[in-house]
Amino acid sequence: MSALAGTDRLTKRAWPMYLLLTAIAALFLVPLAYMVVGAFKPDELVLAEGNTIRAFWPTNATLENFVGAFERGRFGSLFVNSVIISSAIVGIGLVVNSLFGYALARLPFRGARLILLGVIALMIIPLEAVAIPLLWMMSEVGLRNTYTVQVLPFIANPLFVYLFYTFFLAIPRELEEAARVDGAGPLTTFLRVSVPLAKPAYATVGILSFLFAWGQLLWPVLVTSGPDVRPLPLGISVFVTQPPISWGDIMAFAFLMTIPLLIVFIAFQRWFVQSVASSGVKG
Amino acid sequence: MATSLEDRAAPREAHGAQREERRQRRRRRRAGVLFSLPGLLLLLAFLVTPFLMAVGLSLTNLRLASPLDTRFIGLDNYIATLTDPSFRQAFGNNVTFTLVVVPLQTGLALALAVLVNQSLRGIKAFRAIYFSPVVVVMTVAATVWLLLYSPDHGLLNGVLSFVSFGTLQSEWLRSETMALPSIMIMSIWQGVGFQMIIILAGLQDIPEELYEAGAIDGASRWQRFAYITVPQLRNTLIFVATVTMILAFRLFDQVWVMTRGAPLGRTNVMMLEMVTVGFERQQIARASAIAVIFFLVVLTVTIVQRFLLKEDRG
Repeated sequence: MSALAGTDRLTKRAWPMYLLLTAIAALFLVPLAYMVVGAFKPDELVLAEGNTIRAFWPTNATLENFVGAFERGRFGSLFVNSVIISSAIVGIGLVVNSLFGYALARLPFRGARLILLGVIALMIIPLEAVAIPLLWMMSEVGLRNTYTVQVLPFIANPLFVYLFYTFFLAIPRELEEAARVDGAGPLTTFLRVSVPLAKPAYATVGILSFLFAWGQLLWPVLVTSGPDVRPLPLGISVFVTQPPISWGDIMAFAFLMTIPLLIVFIAFQRWFVQSVASSGVKG
Repeated sequence: MATSLEDRAAPREAHGAQREERRQRRRRRRAGVLFSLPGLLLLLAFLVTPFLMAVGLSLTNLRLASPLDTRFIGLDNYIATLTDPSFRQAFGNNVTFTLVVVPLQTGLALALAVLVNQSLRGIKAFRAIYFSPVVVVMTVAATVWLLLYSPDHGLLNGVLSFVSFGTLQSEWLRSETMALPSIMIMSIWQGVGFQMIIILAGLQDIPEELYEAGAIDGASRWQRFAYITVPQLRNTLIFVATVTMILAFRLFDQVWVMTRGAPLGRTNVMMLEMVTVGFERQQIARASAIAVIFFLVVLTVTIVQRFLLKEDRG
């Protein structure tokens, strides 16, 4: 009865609530709409109409800006760089971190407990705290300005190891033991039984890892010079300062750069939200 | 637990089974080491080693590609850093940013989470919209806001001028007083959806019975929020606030794209200072000292967080 009364009250007051929700939605969407519309407008108009309501109307719509983003902004090659770097970090990272997390959860060896504590302690060291000595190390071994230097430091991640560890720990032991009784070795058991059960963990870590890898700026600022291996975030920060500044081209570049994450977001929305929520889960 | 199984096994077989069991355990131990090795080695090489080096290097006079011999100089880098006006200004900006953004963003995230936790038709769409700036990476968001803030062509001055009949204008990022607040506003816009989702997950964990009991006791909507929701969310809110605090000290991307510390260092931050010293001036040792100071801040925040968090979290 109380539940019914609740919904009744809700429908009666739903109208102003929607108004509020929509007004807030507008605040979030305005900058995004500004970017998308700007991407399709002739350059002069992006500036001329930028401070009017016409900023949201694609006056004289054109694809000229996208040509500019590719030719002047080198969007194509920067995109390839970002795809190579991000997919290597995500792909290799998933393998390395899940193996590590699984071993700590399921394959006890001498010192495993201590290593687990170490991994948890390492979670608090942010990249920024080690970036400078790492830069020096990488310069010493001549790895600056390569893809390798942009991938290698980010494969193993204590947070991801820990997320996998907690996930594998929660899988019922019996399933793995059944496989073992059938004569399966640790690797086979892991691949045939545990990995399929851990799909949510892989999705969560994969998305978090991609979100982080795709947006990285500080490290590429330190280790890359010139556009050869430069990723998109550094690319756009160079493009906004590179004369002649064309805001139409810049908005097209920004829009193009957002598309891959947007696709991941729309396709995996449920996982996406879950992965963010799980980043708040602390042991 | 497995005794019933063993009981049924013949004694002669039990001996073989025990040997088999030992063999298996050894095999699993070896697999455990092998599975851990790649991750362990990478963490040692790219996190532990550079971290120890940051501490070590900060006590030397190392510069990149310098002909001078590297030598131990004690705490000189720390003294130089802590007395450097540029660093002090940057650190102060981080503190200001933290004091304003942490309560504001956490509060807004809580309000938004409560809003989108209602059972209304289409509420999922609103959740997705509020979250959408997170999908736009920070450098892109900063680039778009750079134009929004443009004094002559930006939307913000357009709106200001419209609502004030042309009397109000701001120089935004170019203004000494407004530059840092401008960066705060865009940072909150980009990040609040992330916190909202974390708090929303916390809200949905609160047992419905608590609200029902509250309703029976005649608690108003506001009372239920103050006496049920907030205490139940305590740990989530502490977590969100401390994560935001750490992010406030990691502040870099927006500043790099929008101002590079201008005007007159009003938006300079610790991480930008570290890049300027370590990368542009190649003073690796000095920059390592900044990194260690930064780490100590993060460590303090984390320790305070651990201290505040109640252990009863499931």
